[in-house]
Amino acid sequence: MARNIAPPHALDLIGRVFDHFQELHGDRGFRDDPAVVGGIGELSGRPVMIVGQQKGASTEENIARNFGMPHPEGYRKAMRLYRLAEKFHLPLITLVDTPGADPRPEAEERGQGEAIAKSIQVMTRLATPVVVVVIGEGGSGGALALGVGDVVLALENATYSVISPEGCAAILWRSATEAERAAQAMKLAGPDLLETGVVDALIKEPDAGAHTDHDATGAAIKTALVAEIDRISRVPIADLLSLRYERFRAFGTIVEPGGGQAPATPAPWWRRALRNPLRRERS
Amino acid sequence: MRLRNPFGRKPKEFPSHLWTQCPNCAEMLFNKQLARNLNVCTKCGHHFKLGAAERVELLADAKSWTEMDADMVSSDPLGFVDSKPYPDRIAAAQAKSGHKDAVLTGDATLAGIPVALAVMDFEFMGGSMGSVVGEKITRAAERALAERKALVIVAASGGARMQEGTIALMQLAKTVAAVSRLDEAGLPFVSVLADPTTGGVLASFASLGDLVLAEPGALIGFSGARVTSETIGEKLPKGYQRAEFQLQHGFVDQVVPRAQLKERIAFFLNAFRIAGQDMRWSL
Ligand SMILES: [Zn+2]
Repeated sequence: MARNIAPPHALDLIGRVFDHFQELHGDRGFRDDPAVVGGIGELSGRPVMIVGQQKGASTEENIARNFGMPHPEGYRKAMRLYRLAEKFHLPLITLVDTPGADPRPEAEERGQGEAIAKSIQVMTRLATPVVVVVIGEGGSGGALALGVGDVVLALENATYSVISPEGCAAILWRSATEAERAAQAMKLAGPDLLETGVVDALIKEPDAGAHTDHDATGAAIKTALVAEIDRISRVPIADLLSLRYERFRAFGTIVEPGGGQAPATPAPWWRRALRNPLRRERS
Repeated sequence: MRLRNPFGRKPKEFPSHLWTQCPNCAEMLFNKQLARNLNVCTKCGHHFKLGAAERVELLADAKSWTEMDADMVSSDPLGFVDSKPYPDRIAAAQAKSGHKDAVLTGDATLAGIPVALAVMDFEFMGGSMGSVVGEKITRAAERALAERKALVIVAASGGARMQEGTIALMQLAKTVAAVSRLDEAGLPFVSVLADPTTGGVLASFASLGDLVLAEPGALIGFSGARVTSETIGEKLPKGYQRAEFQLQHGFVDQVVPRAQLKERIAFFLNAFRIAGQDMRWSL
């Protein structure tokens, strides 16, 4: 078995999790962003759409992949594939792995903020099952543009944060060298994400970490995905969309001394009739 | 020995509680007159930031404003401490601004048209979006949906609130999902981008208005200029990420001077009315 030293990136895992993967390119507007890959493959015989952020294993490859930092056209390519999945009722699986969206002026000129907002919007109401897997680095809004799903999974050593620890340290401690402290304070590691519900379940990595055994990591992701897709594919799509809304609607830690003025909305049928099929028991 | 003021005016002539210097044209402006002119320089038209309460006064018809969720506050989900604990920062911002968090939301009429109105306040921790901003904006959108009326949001924010970690990031998906329901229901959402609208707020609801209007000179962008400048190793040109830059690149519909903002929003909402229908966009 090959012993790897680099963490597995999107295409490494796609090749191990899905059969007959065929990559699709381009946003149909500007260019093909190499930091976002996508295409159609089979998950245990079932056709699915896969979209992921792609980093490189070497410096050269990383430069070609822009270190996994998408430009707006990368998000627009992702949106095109999301809609294609919806049209043909393919479950969508996204693989999140980015330090964040590209910050260069050309990305701003092409609407980085708008592209991320739209991508989030398309995912919130995409009428097909969506499973998100954070496979490495979930870096802020640039990650969330691939991160809205019915179920969000993460490799146990993955992180997911509102801003990079370096960025947070530079702003709040006025020193990038405090990144370690910022990372601690922001609680961006797997167990914290599980506790806050940002992630529904962690996927166990090989004992020495995902980077030591890409095959075993791929196998673990495949097992988790088959189970999740099977489970959520049985939920009627209208209910799935309500549940997806509720999943993200519930995030927040507010206190209302006066008791609150939330608009009265009747509990939907599924809440009265059954336990939410997407939430799992927390130990 | 005291240095002479090279501009020939003694600072004493312009005590800062009475006078403000325009950063654009250097004119000394009498504070009372500046406030009367909606915080717009009387000489060059430079738009100073406008507080949330003044903004409500600008947009809502006299005596029509009912604030909602005014007592909502954030808890400290991460126990976050940088140079001081997060609860201390909130308390300081509350004392300084007189608000509980960085957005005021409520119901009002705007030139006779019923609207749900949300106005962000940059003075409160940089207008950052955490649980409270996310929840109040979501409720405003849900109220507009329930009452079938328009939603108007004035954004003024540096982005997501780092002190709430990944929960703050999830507010992007939560608010996007909420405003998207208005879109599906055929209800209008006007997004106004005030100075500044950046980061996670631009990458969520603020970019998703049926109309996106910006105030003259407002800083609007996803990535902070400092990060961009460090990435490319160059200084950024004058006007970079300003409202006019975004207009030129196609990401805002209009740059609207503050004095015309209310009548312009009213013009569009009236145009969006179904002929013969009232202002509630009934089905
Ligand atoms: Zn001026």
